[in-house]
Amino acid sequence: MQLERLADTFFNLQVMQQYLPKIVEGFFITIQIALAVVLAGIASGLLLALVRAFRIKALNFFIILCVDILRALPPLVLIIGFYFALPAIGIRMSAWVATWLALSLVLMAFAEEIFWAGILAVPKGQWEAARSTGLSFVQTLTDVVMPQAVRLTIPPLTNRTIAITKGTALGAVVAVGEILYQAQTAYSFSYNPSPLVLGAVAYLILFIPVVYFGRWVETRFAWKR
Amino acid sequence: MSGDRPILEVRGLHKSFGHLEVLKGIDLAVRKGELVFVIGPSGSGKSTLLRCCNRLEEPSSGSILVEGVDVMAPGTNINAVRRRIGMVFQSFNLYPHLDALGNVSLALRKVVGQSRAEAELAGQAALERVGLAEKANSFPNELSGGQQQRVAIARALALQPAILLFDEPTSALDPELVGSVLAVMRELRESGMTMVVVSHEMRFARSAADRVIFMDHGLIVEQGTPEKLFNAPDHQRIKDFIASIEH
Amino acid sequence: MEQLVHNFFNFEILSQAWPLLLAGFWMTVKLTLVVVPLGLAGGLVVALASTSRRRLVRWLVVIYVDFFRAFPPLVLLMFIAFGLPFLGFDPGAFIAVALSFLLNTSSYYGEIFRAGIESITRGQHEAARSTGLSVPQTMVYVVLPQAVKNVVPDLVSNTLEVIKLTSLASVVALPELLYAARQAQSLTYNATPIIAAGIIYLVCLWPLVRLLSRFEHRQIALH
Ligand SMILES: Nc1ncnc2c1ncn2[C@@H]1O[C@H](COP(=O)(O)OP(=O)(O)OP(=O)(O)O)[C@@H](O)[C@H]1O
Ligand SMILES: [Mg+2]
Repeated sequence: MQLERLADTFFNLQVMQQYLPKIVEGFFITIQIALAVVLAGIASGLLLALVRAFRIKALNFFIILCVDILRALPPLVLIIGFYFALPAIGIRMSAWVATWLALSLVLMAFAEEIFWAGILAVPKGQWEAARSTGLSFVQTLTDVVMPQAVRLTIPPLTNRTIAITKGTALGAVVAVGEILYQAQTAYSFSYNPSPLVLGAVAYLILFIPVVYFGRWVETRFAWKR
Repeated sequence: MSGDRPILEVRGLHKSFGHLEVLKGIDLAVRKGELVFVIGPSGSGKSTLLRCCNRLEEPSSGSILVEGVDVMAPGTNINAVRRRIGMVFQSFNLYPHLDALGNVSLALRKVVGQSRAEAELAGQAALERVGLAEKANSFPNELSGGQQQRVAIARALALQPAILLFDEPTSALDPELVGSVLAVMRELRESGMTMVVVSHEMRFARSAADRVIFMDHGLIVEQGTPEKLFNAPDHQRIKDFIASIEH
Repeated sequence: MEQLVHNFFNFEILSQAWPLLLAGFWMTVKLTLVVVPLGLAGGLVVALASTSRRRLVRWLVVIYVDFFRAFPPLVLLMFIAFGLPFLGFDPGAFIAVALSFLLNTSSYYGEIFRAGIESITRGQHEAARSTGLSVPQTMVYVVLPQAVKNVVPDLVSNTLEVIKLTSLASVVALPELLYAARQAQSLTYNATPIIAAGIIYLVCLWPLVRLLSRFEHRQIALH
């Protein structure tokens, strides 16, 4: 009897059936934001690390400052700041954009730090050998240093990227129609937690493969210790 | 090109790191086909001298001419000059992400502008010269130290440099691997390559060098034929130094 | 410019909102002091369990860790905060947050401790056992001290993330810093409290960020 009631509460098929389409809709929005965040975050992080390699003092100071701020602020504070505070000075963006922008900036900051650490890890002799054969600074960076640096950065970058893309759920707070928002809305309409279960399952379907991909990458590119 | 113009000419070269003056006025001319050997105590500035020649270190003052081109002149394209000055490092510095052929042909493609096919042909030829034609597709971590250093020599050779600079090319090698590298260097000398070699391989110097230079505290103390420097140097500290190396 | 100052750096608003923000700040501190030690302890248990000789135990640990690595913390929090009451048990916001953080962060801390334990060579275990130490003694006196030392940067890094994560508690109406800021914003119709909260986070966490980038650059440089 207990069990039946439990099933009726958490696995209410009728409720689940009713809200499944909404959760599926949220599923694709989550994927959409996640991909956009990964692309923008990693690309801009890489760009910043490359710029930093030129060691232009003023520019590097600025990069470090931005990266530090983005690493110190909770992503939810950024999202809420973008969505609720910026309009006060006339900058308006949709909840989708606020979520995407905040998470991309955070990923950018982490990716920049990871790429930069990778660049530093390439021994000085590699630079010297390349420059001694006449390769320019930029050629050395792109053809000799980055291929080695990227290899080192793949495992930490993958883990960080997974952790940050899970943050797409934060979009629910500003009503982006991703999985959690759909689940939560459905829950408050039906006053039944089954949609939350459904949402949880959707996240697992989405992220378990990603976590396993991360594990695979970790062993594939294991650091020499 | 006139026959007696030096390939490498160093005039009044000074180099300081902060307050530490490492080179205190070096004058040196290396003729075509000459093998100049540089010896001297640790910290005397040998590496710094070589590294100034292709501006891996920025000289503080003085001038450096390679085939008559002023390396320091503002209009000089340093990357073009570096093609003409090959450098071989103590620690090989092979690119670990590229195989032997990739190591040798990278600069041919990126600096000389050859197509991949051309570059690989020339690279293969360079590997052949150092006796490693069959290792073209091996990665550095699959090669012995001696083989890695020979690939590094091939990497410099492939660009058809006017002069090769060696900074202790055998110091990082196990004793039994030294011979293969020296054999390649000897062959290069025989084919007329101009070389400046910093090394402690005195036996090699005796048999292969045209001229030996002794450096100490950032200055050239004495130079001459191997016989002169090794057997009857003018300075006692050279005798002491050679004795300390050869035990 | 004036608009910027009025809306973001308005001292009058700030002084009104200050008591609220301060209370929120202390709640965040309290939350951190509960959640971080809890996560560390849970992580240690997870890591030790992963060294178990029983395959079943190791399997359960892997499932546990992967499950919570795949689960967004906010989803977990909502699930616990809104779901548990249906089981006839309303934990209240603070307990819900603490519980969901324990589950989430112990899997992360656990992975870090495990990496640390695995970084200790067999020789250390054997040397300790050869002097007569038992397996648990070897773990406590020989392996763990070295293991923890090896992963200090990762522990600090994860702790920074956990502290930032406490802001999620605002979603289940636990009056921590971010919640207080939003409340103050809706009371004053001014964004200054949110900016102030951001600055408070920044001031408190920035030293940790600096420390970390020091660690990270050294770590990769040693490869
Ligand atoms: N980048 C640098 N910054 C500061 N000092 C340097 C640097 N490179 C070299 N030096 C100093 O310059 C001096 C000469 O160094 P150099 O490497 O040229 O000596 P060397 O003759 O090659 O010695 P060794 O036989 O040990 O290789 C040393 O005292 C060294 O500490
Ligand atoms: Mg030297």
